[in-house]
Parts: sequence; C-alpha cells; structure tokens
Amino acid sequence: MSLNPDQVERIARLARIELSPAEAAQTRDRLNAILGLIEQLQAVDTTGIAPMAHAVANGHAAQRLREDVVTESDRRATYQAIAPEIEAGLYLVPKVIE
Amino acid sequence: MQWEIVIGLETHAQLKTQSKIFSGASTAFGAAPNVQACAVDLALPGVLPVLNKAAVECAIRFGLAVDAQIAPRSVFARKNYFYPDLPKGYQISQFELPVVIGGQLTIQVGQGDKIYEKIVHLTRAHLEEDAGKSLHEDFHGKSGIDLNRAGTPLLEIVTEPDMCSSTEAVAYAKELHARVQWIGICDGNMQEGSFRCDANVSVRRPGGPLGTRREIKNLNSFRFMQQAIDYEVKWQIETLEDGGRIEQATVLFDPDTGETRAMRSKEDAQDYRYFPDPDLLPLAISSDWIARVKAALPELPGEMKQRFETDYLLSPYDAAMLTATRDAAKYFEDCVTFTGLPAVPGPVERGESLPLQGGAMPGVAKTCANWVMGELAARLNKDGKDIAAAPVLPTQIAQIVRRIVDNTISNKIARDIFDALWNGDGDDVDAIIEAKGLKQITDTGAIEAIIDEVLAANQKSVEEFRAGKEKAFNALVGQAMKATKGKANPQQVNDLLRKKLS
Amino acid sequence: MSAAPTLIQASLRELGAALAAKRVSSVELAQLFLDRIERFNPVLNAFITVDPDKTLAMARAADVRLAAGSKDCGPLTGIPLAHKDIFCTEGWLTTCGSKMLSNFVSPYDAHVVDRLNAAGMVTLGKCNMDEFAMGSSNETSFYGPVKNPWDTGRVPGGSSGGSAAAIAARLAPAATGTDTGGSIRQPAALCGLTGLKPTYGVVSRYGMIAFASSLDQGGPMAKSADDCALLLNAMAGFDSRDSTSLERPVEDYTRDLGKPSQDLRGLRIGLPKEFFGAGMADDVRAAVDAALAEYRRLGATTVEVSLPNSGLSVPAYYVLAPAEASSNLSRFDGVRYGHRAAEYVDLADMYAKSRAEGFGAEVKRRILIGAYVLSHGYYDAYYLQAQKIRRLIANDFTEAFRHCDIIAGPTAPGVAFAFGAKSDDPVQMYLSDIYTISTNLAGLPGMSIPCGFGAGNMPVGLQLIGNYFDEARMLNVAHRYQQATDWHLRMPGGL
Repeated sequence: MSLNPDQVERIARLARIELSPAEAAQTRDRLNAILGLIEQLQAVDTTGIAPMAHAVANGHAAQRLREDVVTESDRRATYQAIAPEIEAGLYLVPKVIE
Repeated sequence: MQWEIVIGLETHAQLKTQSKIFSGASTAFGAAPNVQACAVDLALPGVLPVLNKAAVECAIRFGLAVDAQIAPRSVFARKNYFYPDLPKGYQISQFELPVVIGGQLTIQVGQGDKIYEKIVHLTRAHLEEDAGKSLHEDFHGKSGIDLNRAGTPLLEIVTEPDMCSSTEAVAYAKELHARVQWIGICDGNMQEGSFRCDANVSVRRPGGPLGTRREIKNLNSFRFMQQAIDYEVKWQIETLEDGGRIEQATVLFDPDTGETRAMRSKEDAQDYRYFPDPDLLPLAISSDWIARVKAALPELPGEMKQRFETDYLLSPYDAAMLTATRDAAKYFEDCVTFTGLPAVPGPVERGESLPLQGGAMPGVAKTCANWVMGELAARLNKDGKDIAAAPVLPTQIAQIVRRIVDNTISNKIARDIFDALWNGDGDDVDAIIEAKGLKQITDTGAIEAIIDEVLAANQKSVEEFRAGKEKAFNALVGQAMKATKGKANPQQVNDLLRKKLS
Repeated sequence: MSAAPTLIQASLRELGAALAAKRVSSVELAQLFLDRIERFNPVLNAFITVDPDKTLAMARAADVRLAAGSKDCGPLTGIPLAHKDIFCTEGWLTTCGSKMLSNFVSPYDAHVVDRLNAAGMVTLGKCNMDEFAMGSSNETSFYGPVKNPWDTGRVPGGSSGGSAAAIAARLAPAATGTDTGGSIRQPAALCGLTGLKPTYGVVSRYGMIAFASSLDQGGPMAKSADDCALLLNAMAGFDSRDSTSLERPVEDYTRDLGKPSQDLRGLRIGLPKEFFGAGMADDVRAAVDAALAEYRRLGATTVEVSLPNSGLSVPAYYVLAPAEASSNLSRFDGVRYGHRAAEYVDLADMYAKSRAEGFGAEVKRRILIGAYVLSHGYYDAYYLQAQKIRRLIANDFTEAFRHCDIIAGPTAPGVAFAFGAKSDDPVQMYLSDIYTISTNLAGLPGMSIPCGFGAGNMPVGLQLIGNYFDEARMLNVAHRYQQATDWHLRMPGGL
C-alpha cells in the first residue's frame, strides 16, 4: 500500500499542514516507508480479539464522575497574556466564512 | 407527479448543569467574553477532560422520558475537525456507543378536527460538548472568538427519518422542546441557543429509493424551521423535476430571504476520523443508578394528561392544555388541592345544580381549570409573564373558587377580585371581599325590592319584553345588576325577574 | 577531598543528609549545579531554559523550610531537579522542544511539578527533548540536538535526551522524563543512568503535554534506583484532573529497598526469547549476559519466556501513537497561544502556515500518518487492527508473568549511535525502541539500569519490566544489583 501525491495532499489538507512541492515529495517517500512498516499488521489474524483502547489496568475501570460544581474562576487576563491577537476579550482570527 | 418528503431531525439541547461537561468552569449565560473559559476549555497544552456527573444524569433522565434504552457502557469519541471555535481541534462526542439508544415521542399534528397522532422514533441520543462562538462583527475584517460556551454539555437527539412534512417536523420539535423542559434537563431558551435543530431533508417518488438528503443547520425557531423545510422541499423538487441532481450538502437558512443555501466551508466532505478518546474511560451506568433516576423522575406529561382526564373529568383538550408545562400542571393541581373540596362532583351532585347557582355547576377541578386556562392565561399573556411569575397564587385562586362554590361571590365579582390580586391591591381574598363589600346579595327580599325599583324605572323595557323582545329582558337584568353593583346573585335576579314579569 | 565532586556524585539521600546537617544550603547546591550548567550546557545543549533568578528564589524558600524544621520537610526538600520541557511549569517557558511553543510561558503547573514543588525540590531548568516527544535520539528538537556526555559525537537517546544528558554530566542530580515508547528508558540506557516508567495511570498526565495519551507516562530519571524510588514517591498518586489517573492506596516505593526479607533469592527472572535474538548488538549482549550472571549470583533464577507478538509492537505503536498524536496536536493552531504565522491570506492559510512553520519534519510525518490511519476506509484495517494487536501483546505479558516475577532484557539494541546515523531512515530510528515499546502498549512498568559498557566505551542498559503496580519490587531488583555493582556510579570523563 503506498500513497499517491493526491492522497498526501488530501491528508495534509485534513491536518491543516502546508507542504511545499519539494516537501510533499519527500514526505510521500517517508510516509510510504512507514506504511511499509505498518503493513505487517494486516497479515495478522485478529478474529475474536477485542481492541484495547486503554492500558489493561484501566481496562476494568470506568470513567470517574465529577460533581457538578463550578471550581474555576476568571483567569482571562492570565490566559490572554499569551495569546497572539486579542480584542475586547475575544481571540481574533481571519474572518470565518460560512 | 407525486413526491414524498422524508425528514429527520437532529436536536442539540444544552443541559442545565452548573459547570461544563469536562471542566469546572461555569455554564452561566451572558458573561463577558472568555471569562468562563478555563484552561481545559481553552485546550492549553497538557490539560485533560473529566466528566460531569450531572450531565450523565440528564442523559439518563432523557432516556427514561422517551422510553429509550440506557447503555450500560458507552464510549466518548473524538470528532476531529478544525474551526476556531473548537479549541482542541476535535469535539469530544460519542460515536459508536452512545449513552441512549432508541426511544420515541408521540406527537399531535394539525389543528382542530384534523389533528392526528404520530409516533416519531428516535435513533439515539448522545452526550457531547458545545463549541465556542464566532462573532462576525467586523474587527477590521476579522472574527472574534468567545469560548465561554466551549464545553457546555449537549445532548444530541437524533430521530429516524420518520417525518413527512414540515408540519410534522415542527410538531416533533415542539414536543421535544416541551419534554426536555418538563424533565428539567434543558431550559429550552432558543434565543440563547439552548435548543438547536438541524433538519435532514430529502424527497423521493412514492415507493422509490431514498433521495439524497441535505442538512439544514441551526434552526433556532419553529417558524424558521417551517419556512426552511418548506423552501428546501420546494427547491429539491424543482431541481429534480428540472432534471437536476441533489448533491449532499449542509445548508443554512436565511430568514431574510426565506431561502436555504449551501455552506461554503463544508464543500469537502468532512472526514472526522472518529476514534475513542484515550483521555476518557468508558462510561458505566448501573441499573441501580437508572432505578434511582427513574424514581426521582417527575410524572411524564402523557401519564399526567391521562390522570387529569380520569381523576378530574377534564376533556382531552383541557388536560392537554394544562399539561403543556410542568409549571402549569402544578399550578392547576395546587389550585384544586388548596380548595380543600372534592375535585369532582360526587354521584349525587352530578347532573344536579349546586345550590342557588342554577344549571349544572362544573366540578371544582373544571372550575380551577377554567380559571387557569382563562383569566390567568390571558393576563399572563398580556403582561408577558411566565406562570412561575404569576402575581396570583394557587392558594388565592383556590380561595376564589371556594367562595364561588359557597355562593359568597358571583363569577363576575370573582373576576374583579382576581384583578385586584393581580394588581397587588390586597392579597387575601376574604379581606378584599370584606373591604370592598363584595358579598353577593342572595337575600330574596332585597333582590325583589331592587327589581321592583328597576321595573318602575324602566317601563319602556318592560313593554318591549311584553311585546316579545327577549333582549329587553337582558337589559332589565343588566339594570338590576348595575343597581346592586354586580353583587346580586345573577341566577336569582334572573329567576325573580322572570317571575315578576310573568 | 573537596566537597564539590562529592556533591555532584551524591545520591539524593546523601544530598538530603548534607542539607539537614547544614553542610550545604539549598542555595549553594543550586548554585553549584547552575555553575556546571553554565560551563557545560553550551556544548551538551541539555537545557533549553535556565533561569537562575527563579531557581535561587526556590532554593531560598527551600532553605527557609529546612531551617524551620523537619515537620515541613521531606527527603527531597531543597534538592535541585531538572524538568523535561514537556511538563508545564508556571511562569517558565515550556516549549516541548518545538518552535510551535517557542513563546509559550505556561500559566499553570503540571500535577507532577506541583507535587515535586510541594516536596521542596528546586527547579534547575527545562530540559531539551525530541520535538513533542517524537524521537529516539533528541535530534528532532527545534533547539538543536543534545550531545551524549560520554561521547559528544553521539546521541543521548530520546525523547528525554536532555534530562538524561543533564544527569550524566552531573548538571542535575535528577530529572523528570516521559516515556511513550521508551523515552525514559532508552536515553537512560544510552547515558548510563537509571530511569523508570511507571504502570500507566500511576503518575498524573495533567500538565504533561500529550503525545500519545494512552501510552504516555511521566517518570523519574536519576543515578540510582534508590533515587528513582524517592522521586516516584513524590510524583505518583491520584489526580482528580486526569481521568486516567488511578485511585489507589498511597505507596512507599522505597519500602522493599534494603530489606533483608526482600533479597533476590528465589526471584524468577523471565527472559523473552524474542528479546535475545538477532537484533541485539554483540556488545549489548555481553553486558546484559554479565548482568544476568550477577543476578544469578544474587540468588535469582532465569527462565525463558516468550512474547510471541512482540515483533508486531513497533508497527502497532507506529499506528496508535501517531493516530493519537495527530489529534492531540490539532490544538496547535495559532489561535489562542503558541506560534502563529506572520503572513496568511485567510483562516485556512493561517492554520496551514502556522502549523507548517511550527512543526518539524518528524512531527509532521507522524501527524500525517496518524491522520491517514484514522481516515475513512482505513480505520478498521489500521487503527482497529493495531488496537487488537495491542491486546495480543498485553496478553503475552500476562501469560509470561505466570512463569516469572519480573522480565529482563536489553533496553536498546545497541549503544548510543552517531549523529545522523539513523535520521535519514525513520524506520531504522523507530526500531531503536524495539525492546521498550511493548511495555507501553501493555501499560506495564519498566526500568533501565546501567549494566556495563560496550563499543566505544558507551554505556549499556539492562531493562526490567514488572507486572502491573509492581514498581516497588522492580526498584528493589534494580537496587540489589546496584548494591553489588558500581556501573551506576560511573561518570563520563572530562566533566
């Protein structure tokens, strides 16, 4: 299984990462090498095996529930001190078009 | 040239919790931008989600209220996409294993004698987090992002494509809207965005395969929902009849033009790359927990309506009106209870008029119902108030009804007392009756004396009546009531006047 | 004998004793290491951020605590510590080795940092690392590679390369690290140190910048198992802000160390035959064999076990970790913090350029692979399949532990390699983690301890893998070896 340039472009778009044509070509080669590595998984028969999403110790545990209490206070000034662009307490980005 | 319409609705109901679904920030509406966006909501590097128990309870309550199955184990999944109001670049939602499965709502569609009932089946309901808001007011060509709303708990409720008209869709949306408020999981405030609907609409030939559907997003009023679906259906049919094809698309409704239009940013079919969120463990809901929630669940509107019909002898229409909201139902029942009287006439009284009023007196329950649906509703409407904010209390209406039943006051006087209470002109019914001297005049002799005076002063009407004009009789009754400042028992005035003129 | 060499070689207990006896103050200790950092860091590049003012302020506060008496003090009070730059430290630049966070001054402390601060440790600085923890050589850092103090032409290992180099060069007595596929153990092995990855869920991940959430664990790196045990006591424990943090009774991880009843007689050490095959270099094999001989001398027995699916661990990992990472790194979009491109034409362009500029090549590769294996049509064949293989791998360990008490083998297939030796071929680089990755997939605890030297006089590490929550025993097994040998006390020359 190997990726063609269109597929690489599509994935890069999905991941919102701009790749220059040169980068795209090199990335494609590297990705195909990695795909070669992970191809081995296909051959394994995993019929009847349950997928493991969490480390085993957690496998028996269930999600802990938090009491519905407000515990956070206004720290806007602190958080926005590290923001790229703020106005009137809002994060500014290029206009979002719907 | 027949077409069938196929509609499914997805509704996002904001759950009435204090804090967010995965963080401890407040969910209160209306705060200054970003003061309720904590580190977790802002998706700072290294932060993690922890699940709010109350949000889960809301989901359980909902599942029980629509006869659905509550999943003993459900899983949170990441829905990956980029948008500035989605700080993590993914939304925590549920995909393959939602918390609520199946369920249904029975809706009443249409009006008057064209009303019919229909069952709308639910596919599922699942928990997820809300995104923030983009403000498009011009910040020199930029959008401003407010993340206060990011992380507010949502229940996404999905129907089967069971509805076949905009009317049915709206009826379902209204019923769902009432239901989520009834069980106290959502405040239903559509202007504030607490209840948002997306409609999936397609058309097909009868017996033919399902057509391609388009999704109308973010319908936040029932009126817009009706208009949007109607337009979309018309557009799809016209397109197909012109030989065109329907492309799957997400569309927005423009209330100004009344049209639906495909969204630009969703051209690329989105690949959300769902996978179970590794930061959250599977949600376990025990049958014990479900039982506890069930025990605490309020009586549902369907059951209550039935009970009102059976126990209070109310008509289906009245019962439906009074069970439209929990507040109204409680108000009504409190009125009945506080009268301290039997809610319905016993076998002996039924069919017999209650003393001195003439005609079959409606039972106490029916009387209270009339007051709640009549005077109270009208005044609430006029003043733009919710029943919860009514200046007149069930105890007071109950007292009014007691005084009608024991003949202290007439219906007309009762309305005057109601007015006084509403305007804050006194708060005790008996005190008002005393202070304003509103006791009904029931003394036969006194009434006869007044009638004699009225007849003497209104010879013209007497002659007209004797000439056959029934209207003149009413005029004389009116005069008599006026002379007593409305306090004479109207039935007695009627009876005695007839006697004197015969 | 002057005090300085002794202090930089001292164990954490010895430092604690010196502080308690007032033979040295926390400020003096901090200054000692800050001076060494100033001297040696320009070459080694182990630290990304050093802030002497902040460090000395913490040291002064520690001295106040020490003066006030033992009630408020513990074994770690006043002792300096370096943090891998993946832990959010309030008021300090926290870069995660990336340009993307080159301007990110964290507004909060990670849970682990909170706990170590509460224990009275003094932050020496933020250590260099592979970018976003993705790497096995510390060559992918935006801040330049870290040099192995044993041979500056070689890598220190990764991703906790800075932490490892700092300790090896005695620029810090201890450091925090994180381990997703071996990132504590492998650099510990390549730098002659002791490092421990706990059972998944024992150390809170809150404030530890996420790479692969179901695999990441924070842990201690130091010169000995005893040191690591003391640090683990401070680092471990339930945190309500991390849903994967486990609620368990508090443990004292030092409890078995040195206990006569806890000697190694009768200990069954399992040797996975798949770990002793062709992939291991001869010099590594020799050192590991010698270590196992020592264990037998101490009374343990070795038994062959099998982890039949371990050969699939690297491919499975390179599906699961990039998948989770591709999602975890989506928040880096230039909107609320971090790098934002200077020029862009619209929103989509802002995202694409900010992320293209902010991420290095390896990170981009992993994000793209991750997005691919999760994408429509490929999820079942790749992601779901890898999750199933993960379970097979975990089951292998469960079976193996029926026949032994602890598992041992090499930590890495070879000693530290030269710069650039593997960076052209990502798959070659990935195979550096061949012995460590399965531990993360299963969620088991693992350690690396120095067990000798190989080619070029470079350190070799012995890996220990314990059963779930068996850290105390694992530490004791390491400790006994360190009482009988002195590999862990060796230090590179010229420093």
